[in-house]
Amino acid sequence: MTPFAFDRAGDLPAALRAGGAPGARFLAGGTNLVDLMKYGVEAPRRLVDLGPLDGLRRVEETPDGGLRIGALVTNADCAAHPLVMERAPLLASAILHGATPQLRNMATTGGNLLQRTRCYYFYDTATACNKRAPGTGCPAREGVNRIHAILGHSEHCIATHPSDMCVALAALEAVVEVEGPGGARRIPMADFHRLPDDAPERDTTLAHGEVITAVAIPPDRFGSHHTYLKLRDRLSYAFALVSVAVGVGMEGTAIREARIALGGVAHKPWRREEAEAAMRGLAPEAAGERAAAILLEGARGFSHNAFKIELARRAIGRAVRQAASGTPQHHANKVIL
Amino acid sequence: MLTERHVGRPRSRVDGPLKVTGRAKYAADYATNGLLHAVVVTAPIAKGRIARMDTARAEAVPGVLRVFTHENRPRTAWFDRSWQDQVGPPGSPFRPLYDDRVHFALQPAALVVAEEFEVARHAAGLVGMECEAETPETDLKRAMTEAYVPPKRRSGIAPPPKPRGDEAKAFAAAPVRLREQYGIATEFHNAMEPHATTVIWKDGELIIHDKTQGAQNSQDWVCSIFGLAKSKVRVVSPFVGGAFGSGLRPGPQLFLAVMAALSLERSVKLVLHRDHHFGLMHRPETFVTVGLGATPEGKLCSVQVEAVAATSRFEDHQEVVVNWPGLLYDVENAAFDYRLAQLDTHTPSDMRAPGAPLGMFAAESALDELAAKIGICPMELRLLNHADEDRNDGKNFTSKELRAAYQVAADRFGWRHRSPEPRSMREGQELIGWGMATGVWEAQTVKMSASILLRADGTAEVRCGTADIGTGTYTILSQIAAEELGLPLPAVNTLLNDSAYPAAQVEGGSWTAASAGTAVQLCARSLKEKLLKAARGITNSPLASATMEEVRFTGGRIVLARDPSHAVTLAACFRELGEEKIEVEETATPGLLSKMRYSSYAHAAVFAEVRVDEELGQVRVTRVVNAVAAGRILNPKTARSQILGGVVFGIGQALHEEGIPDHALGRWMNHNMAEYHLPVNADVPAVEVIFVEERDALTSPIGVKGLGEIGIVGTAAAIANAIHHATGKRLRGLPMTLDKVLPR
Ligand SMILES: Cc1cc2nc3c(=O)[nH]c(=O)nc-3n(C[C@H](O)[C@H](O)[C@H](O)COP(=O)(O)OP(=O)(O)OC[C@H]3O[C@@H](n4cnc5c(N)ncnc54)[C@H](O)[C@@H]3O)c2cc1C
Ligand code: SF4
Repeated sequence: MTPFAFDRAGDLPAALRAGGAPGARFLAGGTNLVDLMKYGVEAPRRLVDLGPLDGLRRVEETPDGGLRIGALVTNADCAAHPLVMERAPLLASAILHGATPQLRNMATTGGNLLQRTRCYYFYDTATACNKRAPGTGCPAREGVNRIHAILGHSEHCIATHPSDMCVALAALEAVVEVEGPGGARRIPMADFHRLPDDAPERDTTLAHGEVITAVAIPPDRFGSHHTYLKLRDRLSYAFALVSVAVGVGMEGTAIREARIALGGVAHKPWRREEAEAAMRGLAPEAAGERAAAILLEGARGFSHNAFKIELARRAIGRAVRQAASGTPQHHANKVIL
Repeated sequence: MLTERHVGRPRSRVDGPLKVTGRAKYAADYATNGLLHAVVVTAPIAKGRIARMDTARAEAVPGVLRVFTHENRPRTAWFDRSWQDQVGPPGSPFRPLYDDRVHFALQPAALVVAEEFEVARHAAGLVGMECEAETPETDLKRAMTEAYVPPKRRSGIAPPPKPRGDEAKAFAAAPVRLREQYGIATEFHNAMEPHATTVIWKDGELIIHDKTQGAQNSQDWVCSIFGLAKSKVRVVSPFVGGAFGSGLRPGPQLFLAVMAALSLERSVKLVLHRDHHFGLMHRPETFVTVGLGATPEGKLCSVQVEAVAATSRFEDHQEVVVNWPGLLYDVENAAFDYRLAQLDTHTPSDMRAPGAPLGMFAAESALDELAAKIGICPMELRLLNHADEDRNDGKNFTSKELRAAYQVAADRFGWRHRSPEPRSMREGQELIGWGMATGVWEAQTVKMSASILLRADGTAEVRCGTADIGTGTYTILSQIAAEELGLPLPAVNTLLNDSAYPAAQVEGGSWTAASAGTAVQLCARSLKEKLLKAARGITNSPLASATMEEVRFTGGRIVLARDPSHAVTLAACFRELGEEKIEVEETATPGLLSKMRYSSYAHAAVFAEVRVDEELGQVRVTRVVNAVAAGRILNPKTARSQILGGVVFGIGQALHEEGIPDHALGRWMNHNMAEYHLPVNADVPAVEVIFVEERDALTSPIGVKGLGEIGIVGTAAAIANAIHHATGKRLRGLPMTLDKVLPR
């Protein structure tokens, strides 16, 4: 671990000034960044602790009936917030499917968005990795890739984005609110994370020195017709092999409107508007099949992860059925509904 | 006054309050003025040599005292013999910083010592290494082609039994035949407490706090390597935060910390990084092939077990893998073969019930396959072939209540309601499967000494060199001493794992309760002789002519059993002796005669229920019943915890645990606790533990067989068999992760 300077941001402008310096990084819960520093994967020269910015620790209603969740709201507080439970239960469920209570007590909305891949090679500085050390290669392609991407990967990187929360945010069409040296920006979830293409070192479209201030969530359209379904290597406390976030609007027994995103399969939450359009008017069973076919178009696995394609196909079908019947998967219920 | 009965009663751990309040000190918890901190730097390759070491940048960091490498390490013993320990296998033990060779991934290659931990850690990141890499081999499938029978047997490990009958012929002639290969992935111990050593240096004398299952083993090793007199080295490790076998052999942290302390003439602490453990001790990946020949009724005609287990290039680590089915089942024709294949890894080490869960996963899965093939109840098949004597060794069993264990476990589980067809039980979208398997582990005893110091005020101290690695040894030894001497439990203080205490073997092999327990009982009995003699000698003694058989020790007094009004207090005995305290030391030695004539094993019957999502392949273990026959149970509460822990271990082995290697790099890639999966609470169901009454007067004088390991044996097989029953899918490779269970 390399020595570093430590700033506690007094207010947002001060944080922006300090965070804009070369080699500076923002610190929120630290559950990812500090680990990466200990492993020598990240070596910031300066940490700017966002902790004192209480203004970013609020969950509030927006005038249109949606929600704004401050970047420093912890995952635990977010999932337990009455407004979130009422207006965005899909988000609460996805968060509660992730990590452990201890981690969720520290992890924040902003940090969760920016958490880095769990690719083994990325964490191990004795190995090559294009994401950590651009140009060195991607040993995962030929190596241990059971947890890696089946969609949207490139010859340079096949890593996945590990977050559960972000999968729900994608399905909810959330917008990431950002302040930077150049002013404020609003980035739709679909544009926030990137595919690896030839620059896997860049996970997101956030620029250096920009601070996430909040995530805005549109008004609830799905009521109880949503679910977050996560499949993993043990029944709790493991990253998703495949996860599915779905929200549907029903008209009788048919789907009127749908939003669906996959986790654990790509460098970003995987969403295709075509899939959602194709689900319209169909019964859940057929809608699931159509959605799976479109979402998994072009899916390609590697030596150890090809099973994810079939797993994702089935998980989509199951999740759509759960959502359509208004029976969301509860994180504490290990029986898959 | 109440009679104090302790043995056989459920008692909470006597060390529990210390542990839950944080007052129990583990190896890394000790500190002293001027303590230095050491951090290991590992080699970036798995095989080859370190061509150049660049330590200048690290040494330039203020606060760094020294960076030790193979180039500048102090001279130590280099003969293999000097590096051997109580339990190591044949071969040439790994010597940290010995030369420029890299033998395995995450091999310690340098040690940075600094005034502060953070400084040492930072400097460690500045140590540069240029390496010449060679191609490592970590793929057992490939290395297997060069498997060999270990030329030198590891002492204390039963070799494969001699063949009997004509297995090949019997197999060929058998009406029903089955031959399958089963594989078990590499596992890592991952005890809660990391491997750590704190060396307190004072004028050339060392007090060492080491994470070890045997303080005396660590002491001998340090003295032998560094050429020190035993009087200069004391190892004190009263608390060990789990070890599961990883603390049996002295670890590199011990060598490195002592080396640094001696060279720098300062106290030094070294805690291995969690990741570094993944370079060291592990349960070896093993392939086991089982061939079974049987009659259409299910009587076994032949058993063949062949295993190939991984070892390192420098030592032949050996375990008992293939022997078990020939021992458990009555079969005329049997053949066994156990081979090793070398990989570029550290030497494997014993991990909870070394060998047994591997061989038994294979054998008990094969039996289940046979039962399905024949169409007979898996438990029936086992009862039909139950061995009443040990045909591997031609001996009788000291006791074997396995039949009773099957029965009681089956009853509790409700086994008779099982519908035999796979995929025939379900609830909602889950298929339900019920499986069972047998567990077995040898009940060993070893030579151990202990002492008891009894004071006139009726308090006592029990001392023994062996360790309590979380198993409950403190508690049961206190119980035995208190019961024998008629004292309340809190009056007895047990002290363990100090090289200055009476000589004892490492804590392992499930032998500690029987061996140390017997030594403590011998001490108590010898104290009682002395006390009764004193009581008889008192003028006008009410016990003047009493014999040991006629008296009881209770409530701090010796009383005549037939007339408790005749009594002498212990205090009076001490007055008569003119002493404030008396201390005795006794040694328990395994009964050689009984060993020659009898075999002794603990047995278990494990029944498991799984629920498998039919579409998605998610497995939930929802019930486990484990009935154990292991002789006398000294403390049902701590005993139950041992079995629970074993079952959890078995669940992990069945479904989760796996070191995932990148064979091109020769490196375990999931070398941390986030990615190496152990079962968590959600994975562990209600586990019912039943102890079957088993009287055994031959294994140890206190009737005990030992419990630390039996709980894991058979569990993975029971779960695999349950998954087959649920899904119709036979999985022959552990762990059975979702991708393997997922229906095609
Ligand atoms: C063992 C383990 C298991 C886990 N399991 C799961 C799981 O199952 N599912 C899951 O979804 N997650 C899981 N996590 C990940 C966890 O959710 C993330 O570590 C956490 O969300 C990160 O949030 P943080 O506030 O701690 O971020 P930090 O570690 O503080 O920061 C992470 C990154 O975000 C940047 N950052 C933080 N806040 C801002 C901001 N407001 N503006 C700009 N940049 C910012 C930091 O500079 C840093 O680069 C797990 C983590 C661990 C360690
Ligand atoms: S998949 Fe991406 S993160 Fe993993 S090794 Fe390849 S480049 Fe690095």
